[in-house]
Amino acid sequence: MSRQAHEEESPAAPAGRLMTGAEIFVRSLIAENVEVLFGYPGGATIGVYDALHDISDINHVLTRHEQGATHAAEGYAKATGKPGVVLVTSGPGATNTVTGIADAMMDSIPLVVFTGQVPLRLIGNDAFQEADIVGITRPVTKHNYLVRDVRELAQTIKEAFYIALSGRPGPVLIDLPKDVMAQKTTFDYPGSVTLRNYAPILDGNLRQIRKAAEVINAASRPVLYVGGGAILSNAAPELTALARKLRCPVTTTLHGLGSFPENDPLAMGMLGMHGTWYSNMAVHFCDVLIAVGARFDDRVTGNVDAFAAEAKKIHIDIDPSAISKNVKVDVPIVGDVKRVLAALQDLVNPLETKDWLRTIDAWKDEHPLRYRNGEEIRAQYVIQKLGEITEGNAIVVTDVGQHQMWAAQFFNFAHPRTHITSGGLGTMGFSLPAAMGAVFGRRDLPVISISGDGGFQMNSQEMATIVQHRLPLKIFVINNGFLGMVRQWQELFWRRRYSQVELANPDFVRLAEAYGCTAFRATRTSEVEDVLRKAMAHTDGPVFAEFVVAKEDNVYPMIPAGQTINEMIDTPDPVPGGRNGSGDAIATVEKGKARKVSVHAHVPSNA
Amino acid sequence: MPMSQAMLNTQAPGPADEKVKRHTISILVQNKFGAFNRIAGLFAAKGYNIDSLSVGPTEDEGVSRMTIVARGDDQIIEQITKQLNKLIDIVKVIDLTFESFVDRELVLVKVHSTNDTRPEIMQIAEIFRAKVVDISPKTLTLEATGSQQKVDAIIKMLKPFAIKEMARTGRVALKREFQGEV
Repeated sequence: MSRQAHEEESPAAPAGRLMTGAEIFVRSLIAENVEVLFGYPGGATIGVYDALHDISDINHVLTRHEQGATHAAEGYAKATGKPGVVLVTSGPGATNTVTGIADAMMDSIPLVVFTGQVPLRLIGNDAFQEADIVGITRPVTKHNYLVRDVRELAQTIKEAFYIALSGRPGPVLIDLPKDVMAQKTTFDYPGSVTLRNYAPILDGNLRQIRKAAEVINAASRPVLYVGGGAILSNAAPELTALARKLRCPVTTTLHGLGSFPENDPLAMGMLGMHGTWYSNMAVHFCDVLIAVGARFDDRVTGNVDAFAAEAKKIHIDIDPSAISKNVKVDVPIVGDVKRVLAALQDLVNPLETKDWLRTIDAWKDEHPLRYRNGEEIRAQYVIQKLGEITEGNAIVVTDVGQHQMWAAQFFNFAHPRTHITSGGLGTMGFSLPAAMGAVFGRRDLPVISISGDGGFQMNSQEMATIVQHRLPLKIFVINNGFLGMVRQWQELFWRRRYSQVELANPDFVRLAEAYGCTAFRATRTSEVEDVLRKAMAHTDGPVFAEFVVAKEDNVYPMIPAGQTINEMIDTPDPVPGGRNGSGDAIATVEKGKARKVSVHAHVPSNA
Repeated sequence: MPMSQAMLNTQAPGPADEKVKRHTISILVQNKFGAFNRIAGLFAAKGYNIDSLSVGPTEDEGVSRMTIVARGDDQIIEQITKQLNKLIDIVKVIDLTFESFVDRELVLVKVHSTNDTRPEIMQIAEIFRAKVVDISPKTLTLEATGSQQKVDAIIKMLKPFAIKEMARTGRVALKREFQGEV
């Protein structure tokens, strides 16, 4: 297909001076109010980096790997709601961003990624450091561009930012050939964008909203099932108001955490594979399910046919393709969650849910979140203590695996944009760079990175960046010497055949110190609180803490993949004299109740 | 730029699944670098089957029309149209299956012929209002246009004479101006 002729070139530009593509790039970012740029220079972007050299409006952060740059941009975007911006060179620089871009696509994170490219005449020639990054990233970007003429550059950048941030957000990539960035034209940043078939629907259809209100008003066992869309659209206040007006219990997805305060009596915590027992029960037995900015992911639904099978389902989402993708719904509403919830609130009546809430409370009493607690440190305890010490006033950035689920279960999130993790793609190595990015965007709350020993080592090179900038970041590694989640599956479903899951690790404290970072280690439960308090009180730059935890522990409850609540496994009761029988107690935590640890049972210490 | 249908025919139809229907989807797409790739890539990435695909210019020189015939149950086709609508370069997506529409396909068939069989082949061509567009001592090339069924039928009739080569355009379609009432 031929490229459209560029007819509207230089629309009577005010006899401005000619600028290179590189200068236009910089001016455009300033026009977009970009404050931080995460990147790594190279041959194809050397001209762009030259143009950046004297610019003080933009803080360029030199990461130690391009993957770190994209995850940092993701963390920045998740923490602030602003787009994360990345600049890398061609070839390997560009391909190293792919994981972060795919991660952002899955989790609807607004990114604008600029990649260098070989000069136009060399494209397709297998030139040095050439990669068809537009082709490579086509399936994992919301949209992408190859800029073939400097006169298109400003317009393209304007479109990219608009597309990344509007509707269901996502990553946009712009490929910048080296010669295009050296060409000159006048600079005139467009004030607005019009795209022929891209105009996200924000206000929900009123008839659908009325229909939803009717369904809700007839409910006796309603559940609000809230996903990341509620946070992306800044709808936490509307959600909280609606839940309280309806007296409707709330469960959130992994990305929905923080949209509803978990100490509220209506809170049920997370649902799904490692959700709370009671949230999964409530969803199973509800008569009306109100899905808000969620996408019925397989980690949430398990067996889709049995998911809230008896319930009338209302689904509010800005992305029409998210609706009825996995589960057929009765009342779809396409629109911005914030606006739809606000409109809905005026049309619904307080519901009589006393009996329903009592049933849920009974489930909470019978099956609270719980874990073994004793001399050996439990990751759950570390996270629970952290939640208590910070009172939820912290941004927690997790990696992927067991610690991620435990953080989701035990931290008790209270505010939107305080829980950042890689949910959809499940990218190990996400936490450290993403937390770094979050610190560049947010200084009002402490930022805490939590990783496992496996994930930490997937992007630990960013320790250098963090120390260089003396970022006030708390870096916690939960070390069990295993790829814990894979090990858990091998234990439960593969006859305990531990294939390639045990890690031989470096001395993490000395590693952190080698980077120039203050570091602590806790190896016994009695040391945990002290280390956490010291770390949280540390003010001079980053601080690292390693928690050496029980090697073999499992995340419960668990609904095995693709199954129903009938197969839900709760934390096993302690076996007297069984494994780990070292005087452990069982600590319990209930969502929506006073957060205290009560001792349920003692295990005789004769392991 | 007409596209061969063969390259996209990824899978044979499933075992007599009654919910699976053939849908004709008409797509208006901006002539942007890589736009065509995005559409083909979407079908591949989501595992949707394409029966045929054709693309060519329209009255608007910035826009091409792509006609895709795809198979799937209603939910899959709904997802396909929604996913297509999400592509920034796409101007419009219409599932013509729910409309009244005209559709045509063109085929070029090079068939073996001898002095004995040539009259018979020409007779078949006449019945289908096909044109002879090329001739050699051993072959005859016919051009036929019509609905997919008609094209299927002429191919079936020519098969016994041994088809040497064949090129089909895939279906192109437009919505009828009068829907239903005429």
